[in-house]
This record gives sequence, structure tokens and C-alpha cells, in this order.
Amino acid sequence: MSAAAVKARVATVWLDGCSGCHMSLLDIDEALAVLAGRIRLVFGPLVDAQEFPEEVDVTLVEGAVSSQDDLRLLQAIRQRTKLLIALGDCAVTGNVPSMRNGLPVKKMLESIYIQGVTTAPGVPKTGVPSLLKHASPLHESVRVDLHVPGCPPKPEAIAFVLKELLDGRKPDLTGQVKFG
Amino acid sequence: MPNMISLRIDGELVRVEEGHTIFQAAEAAGKQIPGLCQMKGLSPVGACRLCVVELAGVNRLLPSCTTPAQEGMSVTTQSARIKSYRRMIVELLLAERNHICAVCVSNNHCELQALAMKLGVTHVRYTYAYRSFPVDTSHPRFVLDHNRCIVCTRCVRVCAEMEGAHVWDVMGRGVGSRLVCELNRSWGQASSCTGCGKCVQVCPTGALAEKGCAVEEMIKRGQSISRLAETRGGVL
Ligand code: SF4
Ligand code: SF4
Ligand code: SF4
Repeated sequence: MSAAAVKARVATVWLDGCSGCHMSLLDIDEALAVLAGRIRLVFGPLVDAQEFPEEVDVTLVEGAVSSQDDLRLLQAIRQRTKLLIALGDCAVTGNVPSMRNGLPVKKMLESIYIQGVTTAPGVPKTGVPSLLKHASPLHESVRVDLHVPGCPPKPEAIAFVLKELLDGRKPDLTGQVKFG
Repeated sequence: MPNMISLRIDGELVRVEEGHTIFQAAEAAGKQIPGLCQMKGLSPVGACRLCVVELAGVNRLLPSCTTPAQEGMSVTTQSARIKSYRRMIVELLLAERNHICAVCVSNNHCELQALAMKLGVTHVRYTYAYRSFPVDTSHPRFVLDHNRCIVCTRCVRVCAEMEGAHVWDVMGRGVGSRLVCELNRSWGQASSCTGCGKCVQVCPTGALAEKGCAVEEMIKRGQSISRLAETRGGVL
């Protein structure tokens, strides 16, 4: 992926996260304008595409893998993308979504939807994907090419990563990023 | 006059009093070796293994905080091999309990988090254990969250050696080790705790904290404990 005339095909994905990482991505300010000339956004909450496309150069994934749907999408992403980047602590460590992992799924859902609920108690069954036993980081399910921790990662770190990748280098994040 | 000995640390000739550990000799020579259980003023125990160094002629890595410096030693404090082991240790510590930095009282002021960053740990290669641990909120002023404890035993030692109360101990073995208050009571019931708060100040993580702290608000004053130990004497 050199600085050729062809624009890099970039996707962003929102799994079990709060969208804060996407906010941080938008917060890279003027770097966004520079990047816009070099990338084509082909999938994500910021564009309309319904299906995850083929032949994506870079995919930034926000959020932990928490449901069957998350896992299926992540597996498709891995097959169709060259560089898969775990963006932010939920994707990197499981973070806040993983705080449920100590409880069995059934017990956890009941404690939210039934215990102490007065209006129509009951665990929703339709229209929602079933939860996995654990909310886990991406690399526990698929190979991940780069981890960018932070809750959310600093905009400067995201801009640095994208710029390095577009220039054909693997970014060295030592001392530049932290958990939390 | 104490006996002086000479050794090489990272190629540099260093002279220290006999009885110093390699860690102390390196510190005297202005070198930084990481350590999460080591703390100036407390007896060394070699619990965390982050301070490992290479010693010429010895195949295995040695913990510098418990290995005495000896005449003629040649010590290496930084190498690719040492760094890879230090990273492994940090990752294992993070995988063993539940470190959710984003919601931790010690976020941005934590020695474990800072060390991970310094060593370039961007993720944990080991599968997280996802075990549930209790949080003891029974003390009127302090909290103990086992989810963030790395069993470094700084609290055990400061309470026994400096406060003279010996409220804390460790029970179990290996990954089953857990900090216990007196003979496994809740902290609020401990008759020996004076409420001095020394354990909270020396804890390198967010495991021990003052009550009422929100995310990022717990800033420890470990150095003041080290200074207190120095003024009382007996610290090398
Ligand atoms: S104790 Fe340190 S490493 Fe653990 S969650 Fe808190 S800030 Fe993160
Ligand atoms: S508050 Fe003081 S006496 Fe109580 S456990 Fe901590 S160090 Fe020991
Ligand atoms: S509570 Fe803190 S000081 Fe005590 S063993 Fe755990 S991490 Fe170390």
C-alpha cells in the first residue's frame, strides 16, 4: 500500500463499544482532511454500505466481541481485509464490556431484565443477537495485525497509525499509547 | 568503615558497600531497573520478578532486588531477552485479574499501567482468566479490590515492618494466592489495623485505595513512606 494514485480502501467497525473510539477518530481534526485525499471509506457507521465489502486494505475495529453477530462479522472482516486493527481498549482487552464475564450470561440478563423490574419483566429474545459466554478482545477470535489501546485512544495516536500505514510502515506505538 | 566492593553494571565500573543488592548498586549508579514489589524502605522479597538481570556466567535470569552484589560481578540490566521476560510478566499480571484501567481509581497514576506503557505492551497475548474477585469495602476509610491486586506484598511488609501491626498476609499458592486481612477476616473487622493508611500509599496499583475516590483520583504517596523509612534509619 504505497502512496500510489489509488486510494486505500478503509473500513471502520463498531462492535461492543460505546462509539468513543469513532469519536476519537473524528477528533483527529485537520489530519482527517489530509487522510481524506488518500483513503476511501468503504464500510462503517460513518457510511451507508450494508454488507462488509471484499478487498479492504485497512479495517479499524472498535469494541469487544460479545455476541454471535460480532463474531460472524469479525470473521468476515478478517477474510476480506489486509490489515485488521484493534482500535481502543474494548477491542484490545475486553475493557468495560468484559466486566460481565464473571457472571454466567443467563444470570446476568436476568439481573438486568427481571430482578427488580416492574414493567414487563423478561429477557428480550427477538431482534437481538445471542450473547457469547465472554466479551473478549478481538485477538482471542481472529489474528489482529496492530493493537491501539486507550479508552479511547488519543486522536494523535490514531492519526499516527493511519499515516504510517498509508506510507507503508508498521507503526511503533511504544510509549505512545496506554491502557485506559 | 564498611567494606567496599567493585562490580560492572552494563559495562560500567560501580563501587558500593558490601551488603548492597544488585538493584541498590544499579540505583546508586543511576540506572533504572523496573520493579513492582521492590520499594525503598521495605525488605526485598523478589515477588514480581520484573527486576530480573543477566549475570555473566549464570544462565538463568536473577532478581536484582534479592541478589547481593558481589566483587567482580558483571551485570546486564537491559537486553532483548530481559525485555521479553519483563513484558511477559506484565502481560501475565494483566491476564490474571481484571484490570479495567478506564474505570480504575488509579488510572494514569498506576505503576503497573505505566510499566506496561514503557515496555511497549499494547495488548496481552495470554487468554484472560476472567475470574471474579471480591471487593472489601468494610473498612471505614479504605477499599481493597482484589481484581487489581498483583500480590506484590508491599502492603504486607509496610504494615508489618513499619506500622508494626501486621494486618495483611497472603494465603494460597500460585494463581490461587490472595491477600488476606488477619486470619481471613474483612478489613473492617480487623482489630489490629490502626487505620494509618500506609498500605494504601505503597500499593502500586488501584487495589488499595481511599474510599470515595472516583476514576483517576487515587494518587499514591509511596515516596513519603520511603522517606519516613529513611529518617527512621536502617535503609541502605
Ligand atoms: S490497577 Fe493499574 S493496571 Fe489495573 S486497572 Fe487500575 S490502572 Fe489499570
Ligand atoms: S491501614 Fe495501616 S495498620 Fe491498617 S492495614 Fe494498612 S498499614 Fe496496616
Ligand atoms: S493490595 Fe496492592 S500492595 Fe497489597 S499485594 Fe495487592 S497490589 Fe500489592
